Amino acid sequence: MQMHHRGSCFESCGQAVRAPCVPAATGLDDERRDATRLPPGTREKDVKRARARGAACLAIAAMAILGVWPAGKSAAAASAFEEIAAGVYVRHGLVAEETPANQGAIANIGFVVGEDAVAMIDSGGSVADGEAALEAIRRVTDKPVRFLINTHMHPDHVFGNQVFDAVGATIVGHRRLPAALAARAEFYQQSMATQIGPDLAAEVSITLPDETVEGERRIDLGGRTLVVKAWQTAHTDNDLTVYDEETKTLFAGDLVFMDHCPVLDGSLKGWLAQIPDLMAIPAERVVPGHGPVSAPWPEALEPERRYLETLAADIRRAIAAGIPLAEAVPDAAAGESQEWQLFADYNPRNATAAYAELEWE
Amino acid sequence: MTRNGRNRTTSRGAALAASAIFVLAIAGPAAAQTALSPEQKAAEASSAWADLRPDLFGDRELVEGTDTIAIEAPKRATDPAIVPVTLSFDPKMDVRKVTLVIDENPSPVAATFEFAQGADIRTLSTRVRVNAYTDIHAVAETADGKLFVTKTFVKAAGGCAAPAAKDPEVAAKEMGKMKMRQFDADGASVHEAQLMIRHPNNSGLQKDQVTLLYIPAHFVTDLQVDKGGRPLFTMTGGISISEDPSFRFAYGADAAGPFHAKASDTEGKVFEKTFTGEQS
Repeated sequence: MQMHHRGSCFESCGQAVRAPCVPAATGLDDERRDATRLPPGTREKDVKRARARGAACLAIAAMAILGVWPAGKSAAAASAFEEIAAGVYVRHGLVAEETPANQGAIANIGFVVGEDAVAMIDSGGSVADGEAALEAIRRVTDKPVRFLINTHMHPDHVFGNQVFDAVGATIVGHRRLPAALAARAEFYQQSMATQIGPDLAAEVSITLPDETVEGERRIDLGGRTLVVKAWQTAHTDNDLTVYDEETKTLFAGDLVFMDHCPVLDGSLKGWLAQIPDLMAIPAERVVPGHGPVSAPWPEALEPERRYLETLAADIRRAIAAGIPLAEAVPDAAAGESQEWQLFADYNPRNATAAYAELEWE
Repeated sequence: MTRNGRNRTTSRGAALAASAIFVLAIAGPAAAQTALSPEQKAAEASSAWADLRPDLFGDRELVEGTDTIAIEAPKRATDPAIVPVTLSFDPKMDVRKVTLVIDENPSPVAATFEFAQGADIRTLSTRVRVNAYTDIHAVAETADGKLFVTKTFVKAAGGCAAPAAKDPEVAAKEMGKMKMRQFDADGASVHEAQLMIRHPNNSGLQKDQVTLLYIPAHFVTDLQVDKGGRPLFTMTGGISISEDPSFRFAYGADAAGPFHAKASDTEGKVFEKTFTGEQS
């Protein structure tokens, strides 16, 4: 897997020495750093060359769409998109860990069709997952996929980005997404190889957004407008929601978990503090990042709010009582254990993060 | 979804990375191996120690199987970037120095603590990053110059390469803030306190994929904790100490007066605070 920025369709850093763990107790290995540094002045040129190759990728993608598309797994996956409201299609993500067999298709991803254009919301957990989504769009409409909106940095939401980049979509993310994803790229590369498998992981060129959002941005698809909103640190420090005014459908990304144990990779306090603002969105239905493809709003938020409040209360009580982190974690939010899938996989980690955050109150 | 690669170290990539660490860190002989199972990696961990031991302690005897020092850590870490480790000491043995070694980490020596004469440190807990399935060794040196060793095995992976801050903007704003909590029960002869320092303690092992540069390591190198003007302990630390370093300690010294802590980092920044009248 390589890193990939603004429109290229290949690695721009193939010469980088891959050494995630150099000895650093006495500082950085300067020689190694020099080896990874691009010569001054080459960057812009490289980006232009990247653009040219991006066009080549586009052509290949177009050929694929015109009939050379591989049938089988991806075709089955494509038909999994369901129209939950007029012109709003969502693919249910498995409530499971990512594996080579599920191709990382564990997040709810969707697309909205306007009169002029299509917007994809999250690109899936692998190139194959992204390709299946693009194929699903092509079964519904031949309008251009003008936008791909990333709701946040996690691999199950962005690992298919290159597929949409190659067909000319403008990738839109939170203003903090580029830095957050760039800082984690190498780390995701390692960890995802063990999850979706080295083959699927190797296909991924982590692709950063072309445009970022601070506050709100309205995206016109022709006859319908999507309102993209950037949030303060909550699930991550780069959460976005997408609201389709036409059907009052809210794509909440991982700001809303259902069924799947919520995952804390940002700020518990920030998440809880923004729940009232989330609930104030006048949606009729929500597409949570994980869970059912559609649920009534704002009731859908209740289980997550209960979990986060329980976790915060349990951890605050332990901190106040002087209970150390290691002893506080096993009991935290224990009352929620029957309410969520993957609870044992994520709750201890959430509790650890919550403790480290809340002990500074 | 958060993907910190917890408990997953069987891939070829991870094994290669671990091998690379091994070569770079200590030039060990087992470096050429790939695709190790957790069990094989565990075996490799002991060979890492075989090379670390003489580097750190020469041919001095390390006494095993005593109560002089004990170590506690979770068998399986919930978060490889925040793995709690607790050391406890036999008060009769007058331990004066402790070396904490995470065998498979890129920089295996996590920290060295020196206890002041009369400080009577009974327990010391901190949080560390763990980069691969590994043994964690702790070696205590008593006042008479003897060395005692203990160890535990931790299943965790990726803690060093994981980005330090969940919210880098807040981390930058808060850096250097210190907090001291005290947990004294009434009339207890052993006191307990926790020093917390806001610091990214960056490992320097994450590459910024836009600039293709490693984000420079930036961590707390030295720490001194005093009470009532008398030293309790000092620490010399490295990149394996977690973000927002935390040190919880129980001590028998009966020093009146406020705590004082002074920390300095790799950029030469000094953070210092006297904790007057603060009770948790």
